[in-house]
This record gives sequence, structure tokens and C-alpha cells, in this order.
Amino acid sequence: MHELSIAQALVEQVERVVRDEKARCANRVMIAVGALSGADPEALRGAFPLVAEGTVAEGAELVVEVMPARVRCTACGAESAAENYFVACAACGSRAVELVSGRELHIQSVELEVEER
Amino acid sequence: MCKECGCGEETTHEHEYVHTHDGHTHSHRYTHDHGHDHDHDHDHDHAHDVDAAAVRTVSVREKILSKNDEAAERNRAWLKAHGIVAVNLISSPGSGKTYLLERTLEGLRGRVPCAVITGDQRTDNDARRLMGKGAPVKQIETLNACHLDAGQVGGVLEEVAGNGVKLLFIENVGNLVCPSAFDLGEDFKIALLSTTEGEDKPVKYPSLFSAAPVTVLTKMDLVPHLDWNVSACRAALRQVRPGVFIFELSAKTGLGMEAWLDYLAKLVG
Repeated sequence: MHELSIAQALVEQVERVVRDEKARCANRVMIAVGALSGADPEALRGAFPLVAEGTVAEGAELVVEVMPARVRCTACGAESAAENYFVACAACGSRAVELVSGRELHIQSVELEVEER
Repeated sequence: MCKECGCGEETTHEHEYVHTHDGHTHSHRYTHDHGHDHDHDHDHDHAHDVDAAAVRTVSVREKILSKNDEAAERNRAWLKAHGIVAVNLISSPGSGKTYLLERTLEGLRGRVPCAVITGDQRTDNDARRLMGKGAPVKQIETLNACHLDAGQVGGVLEEVAGNGVKLLFIENVGNLVCPSAFDLGEDFKIALLSTTEGEDKPVKYPSLFSAAPVTVLTKMDLVPHLDWNVSACRAALRQVRPGVFIFELSAKTGLGMEAWLDYLAKLVG
């Protein structure tokens, strides 16, 4: 359940954005979670409201975009999905691949509620 | 078009945003809306809702664990400045991390100056087991957390590794999932997998085994008593981490220990 620690870090970032932008609160928080990040999107959705309670992120919707694992082949240059994490090039079968996505654990954007001028 | 009133005014734009926080200045792409007012120079015959709210979206594009990562980079810089190689040992509880470390400290005594930071939710049992083997040992109790974080490690680095240490073992909390998400500032992760755990663990828990360039297969002395296939296990490891460096050993019988100790000695060589 390190998702609680991740949610804690996320709420702190949202608090900072709200402060920097002089907003009232956050309505929605968009994050990207890689399939190989070790974080479970469901557990994050569960943890976020608990940590957000009493902060400017309370009641905000957490939108999780799951990033599939993708590899680039260093032999033929093709980029392909790493199906079930079986890390091989889908085009030529080479195992000489590097992960290009799947480890993300990023905050992407925050929808803020601001005072209308 | 303005989302609030449909007036057709374009308000979202993107530009480079240079700003200062936490004592440093940096810059990143920044997409946001500007509020625009709809004031004009005559009175309406109704009251304005002074509390009206507008909504705008700001692009952040930051790692969620950036605070941890910053602490990890500080640890990494400190370790580098002191010429210390640090490895982050991760495995399930009971796979033999502490026992392997006991034997490793004994084997490297007088050869490589070592130190250990060991993490558990509770107790200093592991630290007590590892003491008296010529290496400074520091226990971190993580309490409710299932992993060590970079801040905790940074808090004890100087105390445990400040005095001529060349090789630092960070024994993480026993857990195959959570610790792999937290960079501690180590040079690399070493996964341990015991023969009693089943050879398909690497494909079941790819977040760790794909991140560890080295995996140690422990309790190899038990293989004759188990339905456990070493080539299936190696294949599972290579599925998630092609090119993984694999050790097979038994800390109990000493099988494979020499190669492991030589490898560690060469790391700091």
C-alpha cells in the first residue's frame, strides 16, 4: 500500500499548484501511471480521497491514465507494446530492447476553481 | 472559445514558465487559461453573483514522487562524493536478505569496508543480527510504510557510511512491489528471489524484476526438495529483464558465495 505515500505526495503537489495559481481549490487531478510503475490505479483512486480530506484537493476527481509498457528495439528500431511485460521486439523478436514507457508516475494537469474577476 | 460563457474568445495558451520555488529557479512548458472579464460601463438591473467561480486547467508535468527523487539525488551525490557504491536489496519477506547479508559481511570483512542500512516496519532484529561483523549497521523502522524512502536513507547516510565505507547495502522492507517505486539514491537495485517462492515471480511482479539489473536466486540448496525449475526461473527473469545478471547461491551451504563476493568486491574495485 505505498499508494498512500504516492497519494500523499500528489496532494502536496496539488496544494502547491493551488497556492501558486492563487486558486480556491482543485476540481480534478489528472495523472499518468505506467503499467510497470508498481503503483496500482485502483489503490490510488482509493487512497487519494482519504489523503485529500481537509485539503484544497478534497472532493477533487482523480483521473488516472494508465500508460502501457512500450519498448524500442535497439536492433531494428521498431517500437512496440510490451505485451504482458514480455520484453521483446514485436517486429523482429530481438530481446535487445529498451523501455520507452511504462514506468511513469506523473501528475499531468490540475483543473482549478478560481475566483472569477 | 471561452468555456464559461461561449463568447468566442480564445483564452488557453502555452508558454515557457520560469519561476522560483523551494530555493531554485527553473522553467517548464505551461498551458493555462487567463480569466477575461465581461465588465462593461453600465449597470445591470440585477445583482452579480460575486462568488462566481471559473475553472481553468494548468499543466504540471511533474513526477509525483519528485520530492523523493530530489532527496534520492542528494543521496546519490553524497555517495559519489564519498566514493561509495550503494545497492538497494529488494525481495519478499523471508527470501533470505538478512541471512545473505550476514554471510556477505563475514565474507567481505577485511576485504571491502561495508555498511548496512536495514528497513523493517518494526523491530531492530535485523540490525542486531548484522552487528559484530565489522560493518556499521543502522536500522530504520518504517512503522506503517511498506518501503524505505530517500529521505529516511538520507537521514542516516553520514552516520552509517561516513567513515571510509566503500560498499553500502540498503536492505529494503520485505515487499516485492512497493520498494521498487522509490529511488533511494542507490547505484542500482538487486532483487532476491528464493527457490521456495515459485519460478514465475518475475513475470508476476515485473515492476521490481524489470528494474533490477541483478537478481540473486537464494536457497539453492533446497532445490532437490522442491518442484522448482531453475531454467524456467531464468527464462521468467529474462522475459521482464533481458540481460539480467543472475547469481545462484545458498548462503547456508556457501554454494555460489564466492562468485557473489568476488562480484561485490569488483564493484568497488
